[in-house]
Amino acid sequence: MKVAVLIKQTPDTAELPKVSAQEVQSGAVKATMVINPWDEYAAEEAIQLGDRYGADSVAITMGASTATDALKHALAMGIGEAKLIDSSGVSGDMWTTASILAAAVRAEGDVDLVITGKQSVDENSSSVFIGVACKLGFPLAANVVRIVEIAGGRITVERIADGVQETVSLPLPAVISVGKEINDPRFPSFMGIRKANRASIPVVSAAGLDAGELVKRTNWTNIRKPDEKTEACVIFDGATAAEKAAKLVDALVSDKVL
Amino acid sequence: MSVLVWIEQSNNQAVPSSWETLGKARELADALGTELAAVVMGAETAATAAAAGQYGADVVYAIASPLLAEYRLSAYVAGLEKAVQGAGATVLLASATTRGRELSAAVACRLDAGIAPDATDLRIEGGKLAAVRPVYSNNLLVDITFDGDLQVASVRPRSFPMPVAGDAKAAVKELDLGLGEDDIAEKILDVQPSDGAGVDLADARIVVAAGRGVVEDPEKGFALVSDLAAAMGAAVGASRAAVDAGFVPYRYQVGQTGKTVRPDVYFAVGISGAIQHMAGMSGSKVIVAINRDADAPIFERAAYGVVGDLYEILPALTAELKKRLG
Ligand SMILES: Cc1cc2nc3c(=O)[nH]c(=O)nc-3n(C[C@H](O)[C@H](O)[C@H](O)COP(=O)(O)OP(=O)(O)OC[C@H]3O[C@@H](n4cnc5c(N)ncnc54)[C@H](O)[C@@H]3O)c2cc1C
Ligand SMILES: Nc1ncnc2c1ncn2[C@@H]1O[C@H](COP(=O)(O)O)[C@@H](O)[C@H]1O
Repeated sequence: MKVAVLIKQTPDTAELPKVSAQEVQSGAVKATMVINPWDEYAAEEAIQLGDRYGADSVAITMGASTATDALKHALAMGIGEAKLIDSSGVSGDMWTTASILAAAVRAEGDVDLVITGKQSVDENSSSVFIGVACKLGFPLAANVVRIVEIAGGRITVERIADGVQETVSLPLPAVISVGKEINDPRFPSFMGIRKANRASIPVVSAAGLDAGELVKRTNWTNIRKPDEKTEACVIFDGATAAEKAAKLVDALVSDKVL
Repeated sequence: MSVLVWIEQSNNQAVPSSWETLGKARELADALGTELAAVVMGAETAATAAAAGQYGADVVYAIASPLLAEYRLSAYVAGLEKAVQGAGATVLLASATTRGRELSAAVACRLDAGIAPDATDLRIEGGKLAAVRPVYSNNLLVDITFDGDLQVASVRPRSFPMPVAGDAKAAVKELDLGLGEDDIAEKILDVQPSDGAGVDLADARIVVAAGRGVVEDPEKGFALVSDLAAAMGAAVGASRAAVDAGFVPYRYQVGQTGKTVRPDVYFAVGISGAIQHMAGMSGSKVIVAINRDADAPIFERAAYGVVGDLYEILPALTAELKKRLG
């Protein structure tokens, strides 16, 4: 069995507030880049499928050449192989990314399962895995919180959506995105880090993949910071808790929000 | 041409945030000078289809089938595609619930259309949809513009007001799903409620969330939080520190790696205001901070604050509210 894990390199979440509109517009984001936190769960699950079913795993990232760091993190965790899809020259939207990633999965040969994170902390679209499933023609289960079983050419998973937890069975090959309830991602071991640093990560150009015609249907314009709050916080003082509470309730009532 | 809105059902009942989306869609359809269509899918559709007319739809497509009794992506994609074709839709909208997000995106991808996921504002510009959406975990906003004939967006709950139901009636057109059980890849083996009782965080008008500040007596702390929430009909949330410490389950978590909420009022109780927490609640209209540390960063983002011990402030606040709200 072969599992492909899709991993994105994204800004460290602590630095997200410092990312400027201009950096995003130009594509030159200066923040420290790390493995997208949601994708650590995907990598961990692929490693566990190695233990459970002897699955081979490959991590795939589409990004700049510096995105190999995210792949090294996955290798250090215990993922078997890694591939970087060099995105230079590609401009598109999430369906472009999905088409290229789908082609990269196809190029791996007989992939039985594609595992992705739930969302990227920069684009926040939760759509790339939907596009990958669509382009590959695989069924999809999003927000999986447990892989119950893989047997007889099917995968059974538990997923959470809108207040219900469903147990769903899908035929393989399939795509799943995983939520954080699914596991506790391991920290790379010292040995793992050494091994990952020595690994040479193949780089494939996006243009060299058989991704079909790449179309872009959406554009990002007018990137901006949300309006910052300008008024200072009103602190309600009082001799007793009851006095403070009464002033707070007064304010909320007069704002008509209660 | 038309603007089409998917009215989501849960247990054969409309999901309320679908009406918010339909209300906004009425404006968009008027701006475009096109018809407003709604589509309802499920084992039963009649009641929701009738309600869609009252909330402003000119025409309602109903796809009733036992195969749609449980939500399954591939079956719902097939149904929604039929409705897009039937309605000749150029704009397709859904509420950005988990299902609405994935279904609208899957249909957009299948029909080679662009999508603005989890949009917080919509407008018509040059005869096309334009959407505003937060990116970089609510730290930036971007306008999404579209190329191509079909424009799709999912709309974050509570972005638009609930429309008022009138007594208008819409023409209901039945569509045939045209699938058999064997055509549907997914088999649902079991369905269990995953959220406990209480108000759903994403739809809540008021949220009371607590953090590590309750550490001295987490059980009492969350009991006080629940009392306050109950007094206002609010939902209860938590910071990741509170979840990681095991005070409440993960489904309560608000923030970067939890839920995104945008209530009218958000009470942050014993929460310091870390960037990753703010990412999930900075869209709240009024943020109220209750914290014993006057220098906590949350006060920089809050409109109102009370400096004090939450074990004293919360009971006082609940008592005051009960006095006022009866
Ligand atoms: C990748 C990543 C993702 C993350 N995702 C999230 C997320 O989704 N959501 C999230 O919340 N965090 C998230 N975090 C964690 C975040 O950085 C903070 O660690 C967390 O939000 C802190 O929670 P807190 O405010 O409850 O705890 P603390 O920061 O410890 O704050 C506790 C506050 O309680 C106050 N307090 C203490 N006792 C009392 C009392 N008796 N009365 C009143 N006030 C009192 C203190 O003054 C303090 O301000 C994430 C972090 C990372 C790295
Ligand atoms: N450039 C990329 N390379 C590899 N995987 C990606 C890329 N972009 C998105 N993904 C995967 O798709 C998931 C959802 O991303 P998004 O749709 O951007 O929120 C992520 O958690 C990743 O697993």
